[in-house]
Amino acid sequence: MNTTTPQNTGPKTKQQGAVKRFLHATELDTRLLGMLGALLLIWFTFEIYCAMFLGRPSVFLGAAAEDATGFLTPRNLWNLSVQTSSIGIMATGMVLVIVTRNIDLSVGSLIGVTGMVMGILQVDILPQYLGLGHWSIWIITVAVGIGLGALIGALHGYLIAYLTIPSFIVTLGGLMVWRGAAFLANGGKTISPVDQTFALLGGGPYGAVGSSMSWVVGILGCMGAVWMMAHSRAQRRKHEFHLRPMWAEVSMAAIACGAIIGSVFLANAYPWPKGIVNAYAKANDLVVPPEGLFISHGFAIPVLILIGVGICMTILMTRTRFGRYVFAIGGNPEAAALAGINTRWMTLKIFALMGMLSGLAAVIASARLNSATNALGTLDELYVIAAAVIGGTSLAGGLGTIYGAILGALVMQSLQSGMVLVGVDAAVQRIVVGLVLVLAVYLDILYRRTTK
Amino acid sequence: MSNQGTPLVEMRDISISFGGIKAVDHVTVDLYPGEVVGLLGHNGAGKSTLIKCLSGAYQADAGEIWINGKKVEITNPRDARAQNIETIYQTLALADNLDAASNLFLGRELVSPLGFVDESKMEAETRKIMHRLNPNFKKFSVPVSALSGGQRQSVAIARAVYFNAKILIMDEPTAALGPHETQMVAELIEELKKQGLGIFLIEHDIHNVMKLCDRAAVMKNGQLVGTVKVDEVTDEDILSMIILGKKPGAADSEAAV
Repeated sequence: MNTTTPQNTGPKTKQQGAVKRFLHATELDTRLLGMLGALLLIWFTFEIYCAMFLGRPSVFLGAAAEDATGFLTPRNLWNLSVQTSSIGIMATGMVLVIVTRNIDLSVGSLIGVTGMVMGILQVDILPQYLGLGHWSIWIITVAVGIGLGALIGALHGYLIAYLTIPSFIVTLGGLMVWRGAAFLANGGKTISPVDQTFALLGGGPYGAVGSSMSWVVGILGCMGAVWMMAHSRAQRRKHEFHLRPMWAEVSMAAIACGAIIGSVFLANAYPWPKGIVNAYAKANDLVVPPEGLFISHGFAIPVLILIGVGICMTILMTRTRFGRYVFAIGGNPEAAALAGINTRWMTLKIFALMGMLSGLAAVIASARLNSATNALGTLDELYVIAAAVIGGTSLAGGLGTIYGAILGALVMQSLQSGMVLVGVDAAVQRIVVGLVLVLAVYLDILYRRTTK
Repeated sequence: MSNQGTPLVEMRDISISFGGIKAVDHVTVDLYPGEVVGLLGHNGAGKSTLIKCLSGAYQADAGEIWINGKKVEITNPRDARAQNIETIYQTLALADNLDAASNLFLGRELVSPLGFVDESKMEAETRKIMHRLNPNFKKFSVPVSALSGGQRQSVAIARAVYFNAKILIMDEPTAALGPHETQMVAELIEELKKQGLGIFLIEHDIHNVMKLCDRAAVMKNGQLVGTVKVDEVTDEDILSMIILGKKPGAADSEAAV
């Protein structure tokens, strides 16, 4: 099922230019290309601004990667990837919620309350029974956080599906209730630091998998991408459907693998800071040579979690009955019910899933801060909804993709962290983010009108 | 048409009301294999409501449904499907954002041994059945919102036919169609009849009723006016049943049914 790709009709192709022919043959989603274009535009605008107006060294003007302080540096892009993780994870769940014509305004507060409960659990409760720093603390904590999120989400889903209270109201109530609960949980006090293993889930030098492991991930990723394309081609051949030309398949595979390998290089180009290297060398009895040791970060753990969630959610949405039903309910709830789909039970499950993902996002957010505060995740619901909508999820329901939402989160985060980098005032940041959201939806409307 | 032995469907004494208004009031109809029974009446006469009790969209307040001589409980669309009852709704009940294959298999997706939706197989099956029903149908990879009325109708019909329905309910299947497509539906109904399906046909066009149906059941204000054999009455007889709510003298043969 391909709900967003416009149909390509055959005979016209001959008069089209090379670019169009490439797009046609590869059956690439043009809106995906549009978003990638927007992302690159944002990145280069910040880079150029940094270089021209702030006089910062840029790799594009011959500066070495470790001296560059503009936007397009391994360090900034690595940080960007970590900052995107928590919003990106929740945005994948928000796609399901919005596709079924609902909304969830409570995810930010869910982060607050699940983060707080996890903080209390791993700092105040579990060490009493297991001892401080016990290996299982982080596992129990994460399981409880995700489970609590699922439970709260299921409660919202029950109120929406079975008591037919509009989702806007239920989750608006949830927004206030759970933020209040987060405060009450520990009397408004911040909990810090968290369990050491738990903290790795938030990234940071030790919370990244290092150079060789990143290569393993990258190569597995390439193999997976190629296998998927080959498998899909084999399926189409088996049923004698139209096949993409071989050159298109090969170039798609090359682009996918190139992007994956490129991101490995990028993650490995960001070294540990000197202080961390020295501490690490001391702890491991290593001698640091005078020019310093180059220890790569590699992919950050939260980024790998985001990628894992993205893959699972994509499979869920495109390859399972559950995903079919989500789209069917969004397209025509009545038809879905007449087709024998239990739409209420589906709604409950969707909100429970959204809650689970909020719990997981809370793990990353609190681990990254190395603390649990009752304000954790404030306003996140707006960024999550914005990410899903910028990523092409239609508020009218029935349309949306997981990769779009993750890209949307990356766009939002790029804007935000870029503005911080160039020193835009916080008030102006909000104005820009707000305007971009409205503009993105308008462009989306134009896009849909022209591709219809 | 012999109409002997066990009826395929018997709806006995069905009643359903909404907010105090009796939409269907003690109605009894039956249907035999290889037979087309037309359901007629003004808008709001209760035809669609009656039929939704059979398709599982509504649950009757009172009355019984018998299939092949056995009493059955139909509380939701899944129960109806399990009894091989398929429905083509007036609104077609398609998810506009999904393609033909996804709609055809909605709620009954083909899955691989691992439990994943087998998209290619569903598309291949869809191509097969559409080739039989509507050879001109080519738009397999676009959402059904991009299809014409007739093409959408073909998808809805294909969904009912593909799953080996024994009992088919068609709610005004030709209302939105041009003459050519209407003819196609008529031919399909004839073919399905030959295969031994029983069909309930809700239809406003008296001409179509005379052509396609074996019997006609007329409803007015939620009540059954009467059931007549179509070849024993005239157009005017049926029209007067619909308008006046009275059975014509010519339809006395009903007693023999």
